[in-house]
Amino acid sequence: MPFIPHTPADLDEMLSQIGISALEQLFDEVPLNLRAPPLHLPPALGEMAVSRLMRERAEGDANSLCFIGAGAYEHHIPAAVWEIASRGEFLTAYTPYQAEASQGTLQVMYEFQTMMAGLTAMDVSNASLYDGGSSLGEAVLMAVRANPEQNKKILIPTSLHPHYRHVVATMTRDQGIELIEIPFDPVEGRILPQSLDRLHGQNFAGVVIQQPNFFGILEDVDTLTDWAKTEGALVIGVVNPISLGLLQPPGTWGKTGADIACGEGQPLGIPLSSGGPYFGFLCCKQEHIRQLPGRIVGRTEDAAGKKGFILTLQAREQHIRRSKATSNICTNQGLMTVAATIHLSLLGPAGLAQTAATCHAQTLCLVEKLVAIPGVTRQFTAPFFHEAALRLPKPTAPVLAQLSRLGIEGGFRLGEYYPKLDKSILVCATETKTEADLNRFVDALSWLLSVKEA
Amino acid sequence: MNDTIFASSRPGRHNVHQATTTTSPATEIPERFLRKIAPPLPQVSELQVVRHFTRLSQMNFSVDTQFYPLGSCTMKYNPRICNVLAALPGFLNRHPLAADETGQGMLRSLFELQEMLKEIAGMHSVSLTPMAGAQGELAGVAMIRAYHRARGDDARTEMLAPDASHGTNPATAALCGYTVREIPTDAQGNVDLTALQQAVGPHTAGLMLTNPSTLGVFEPHVERIAQIVHEAGGLLYYDGANLNAVAGRVRPGDMGFDAVHFNVHKTFATPHGGGGPGAGPVGVAKRLAPYLPVPMVQKQILDNGREWFSWLTTTDLPDSIGRLSTFAGNIGILLRAYIYLRVIGGEGLQRVADFSTLNANYLMSRLMEAGFVVAFPKRRATHEFIITLKHEATTLGVTALDFAKRLLDYGIHAPTMYFPSLVPECLLIEPTETETKETLDHFVETMIAIRQEAQEHPQHLRTAPHAVPVAGPGVGRLDATRAARKPDLIWKENMIS
Repeated sequence: MPFIPHTPADLDEMLSQIGISALEQLFDEVPLNLRAPPLHLPPALGEMAVSRLMRERAEGDANSLCFIGAGAYEHHIPAAVWEIASRGEFLTAYTPYQAEASQGTLQVMYEFQTMMAGLTAMDVSNASLYDGGSSLGEAVLMAVRANPEQNKKILIPTSLHPHYRHVVATMTRDQGIELIEIPFDPVEGRILPQSLDRLHGQNFAGVVIQQPNFFGILEDVDTLTDWAKTEGALVIGVVNPISLGLLQPPGTWGKTGADIACGEGQPLGIPLSSGGPYFGFLCCKQEHIRQLPGRIVGRTEDAAGKKGFILTLQAREQHIRRSKATSNICTNQGLMTVAATIHLSLLGPAGLAQTAATCHAQTLCLVEKLVAIPGVTRQFTAPFFHEAALRLPKPTAPVLAQLSRLGIEGGFRLGEYYPKLDKSILVCATETKTEADLNRFVDALSWLLSVKEA
Repeated sequence: MNDTIFASSRPGRHNVHQATTTTSPATEIPERFLRKIAPPLPQVSELQVVRHFTRLSQMNFSVDTQFYPLGSCTMKYNPRICNVLAALPGFLNRHPLAADETGQGMLRSLFELQEMLKEIAGMHSVSLTPMAGAQGELAGVAMIRAYHRARGDDARTEMLAPDASHGTNPATAALCGYTVREIPTDAQGNVDLTALQQAVGPHTAGLMLTNPSTLGVFEPHVERIAQIVHEAGGLLYYDGANLNAVAGRVRPGDMGFDAVHFNVHKTFATPHGGGGPGAGPVGVAKRLAPYLPVPMVQKQILDNGREWFSWLTTTDLPDSIGRLSTFAGNIGILLRAYIYLRVIGGEGLQRVADFSTLNANYLMSRLMEAGFVVAFPKRRATHEFIITLKHEATTLGVTALDFAKRLLDYGIHAPTMYFPSLVPECLLIEPTETETKETLDHFVETMIAIRQEAQEHPQHLRTAPHAVPVAGPGVGRLDATRAARKPDLIWKENMIS
């Protein structure tokens, strides 16, 4: 029997110990009419047959040359990351409730918290949330709790990742929180500070700022942060952790820094995997720590004064506070943070900065080559990082479909969420692309745009 | 503690081969956007990294290395084949927004998983997107709320849950804007039907229930409970945390539930990962189907007869409660669950329920025989059961916590402690089906030995653990009060920027 070790003799002895004669009797408290009929499930396949099946399916899933970013980025993952993170002692442990038997996982989480707080220049970090979108959902709920003097209103830029906006809407719908949209300037692609004047004095609890924004455009984070603070709002920074090798961290935005920083951890050593598992991170200033959701690891001592690690501030969490908890989250993305901690250790500050700079240089190079194609132009004028919106002279959906058939994922179609940007795609070239890769994309797009419609 | 990775850091030490070799100063980004001080990450060699994290891994208990009878968590063996196949490059390297053409193998697998979960739960439709059990609960309760809202039934402001429910139940109900009313449990561990009858009314949105319950017993009056709640106009939510005990034997849909979540890291053997990632697919009865979270996978038959799999979004499901994850949820974990189900098949799933229940009842019977007090001795255990050490606490001054910590010294992970809180000084024990009889026997002998110690050297238990068999320096019982009073959450010493 797969994964069940009982011998016939074991079974007999165990039934006899219990005082029954057949396994079915174990369910004798279940009313007869509730006993399930035989289920229509596929029969058991041996390991070999399942391997063959899944290998065939995986081989059918062509891995194209990918120039899509839009919130998930293809980066080189050093071999050591998953070699170590996949060790059974990390993989098959659970939430470290028994601290003395979980010091490994706990110390990794503590080091993870240290690295994320350092990267974002915030005071503290939790030990992860599910992903980027849900980390922002939690950040919004947190801002409302942490700023009770203000109205339950949060400003959300439309230049924020559309899926993040959707997740925030799902997570806050029943909390009486009003989400107010901030538009972006259609020419520059960023929020213009003067566009915020109409929102003055509304006492909103928080302002979300994504840097760079969904279009890769750099927002004027200093001005936006200072404006939000004068309005009494908390600032929630949404950032790509790779960008923090190069860009100002949320903790140094404006005169005060952001109050909460969150985002998608996937670029830190997590494979693309069609969307998950990834992990979300959430950092904040010291004063908001009791409103921070999710697991947090702290360092403490045993009776002999030996240092060790333990889950702490659990009075915030659902298993203690029940309906008064800061969040309903229980399991987070532990293993992903092990990988991210190893990844960041291998990169170090220089490696992270170099990765960020190379991604940006690659995207710049790609954009230069693409706008040299007749009819292709940049959609926005403001400075960008690592990702750019380009306007095409032909309908974008068929062009992207044709590129896909040529083995190139040419970008994200902005018209899907922004009708006014229907002619534009969002492209990104990370450090994983070679000059030849860029040229292959450029040649293919150039050819597709030059052929006359049939 | 082991030294932190930061302690090994030296300025100028790089792993240049890990990053890209071409450098670019990114000069055209205006100065005001740039970081002024480099992030304080460690500067260490690859060998230092490998050695440090390997050493840390060895300081853990895990299913791979220890018996881990952590009640409610289903710490069973995680088959290696699931990890290997889910990590095939075709699955691992695909971008979430890549064309559906490039993901047919993955989408087909997920579609089939949806179908299998529907059958296992006896539900009309399934969405795989929630990323953990608690998010599945959020989806379920949000759907119940959407259902009432769509009917203009706005007076339903209260969600019911047993007093012994998982903390995620009331926390989730609160997140969905409900007030929570707890329903007491009777002396046999069942929902108090009289109290339930008195609690329901036009204000009742629904009831969240785990069956088998958190007390380790099957709720025999579940149909009556469903009737009471349904007659009051409420809906029933099934917390699938304990599905491992009954999968293939009993179906939530047949019991009368309208929504259910699955914990794939429990029932379908995906690894717990030191606290995730899990996945919490949600299944619903027909009346809740329009509200399922997106994206979901659909199958179509093309004109050429080919099967075609694609994502359904809010465009296709306008009444959906919406998106819960940035992309599509924890796909890599869902693939592991799918592979597990294909390996064990339908008959294997039923065996899981049978043998997890067998192991729990055997262990309970042996512990009772050894003189330990079981919380519900007249009941059949499901896949887990509770012992109470109240007697030991009063007579010997040795608590459930002390027993738990001492078990660590013997190389056994402690059961869940002090949950459910209804039972004083309790340990919730879940052996799972993948453990041998020898391991269970060893656990009984260890518990007997610890009780012996409690009688002879109680102080030795109160200060346990003393020598947890892990690599590295090891620690004694850690001071949780100190940790919470003066939180030390990030490493500030030896930081080299």
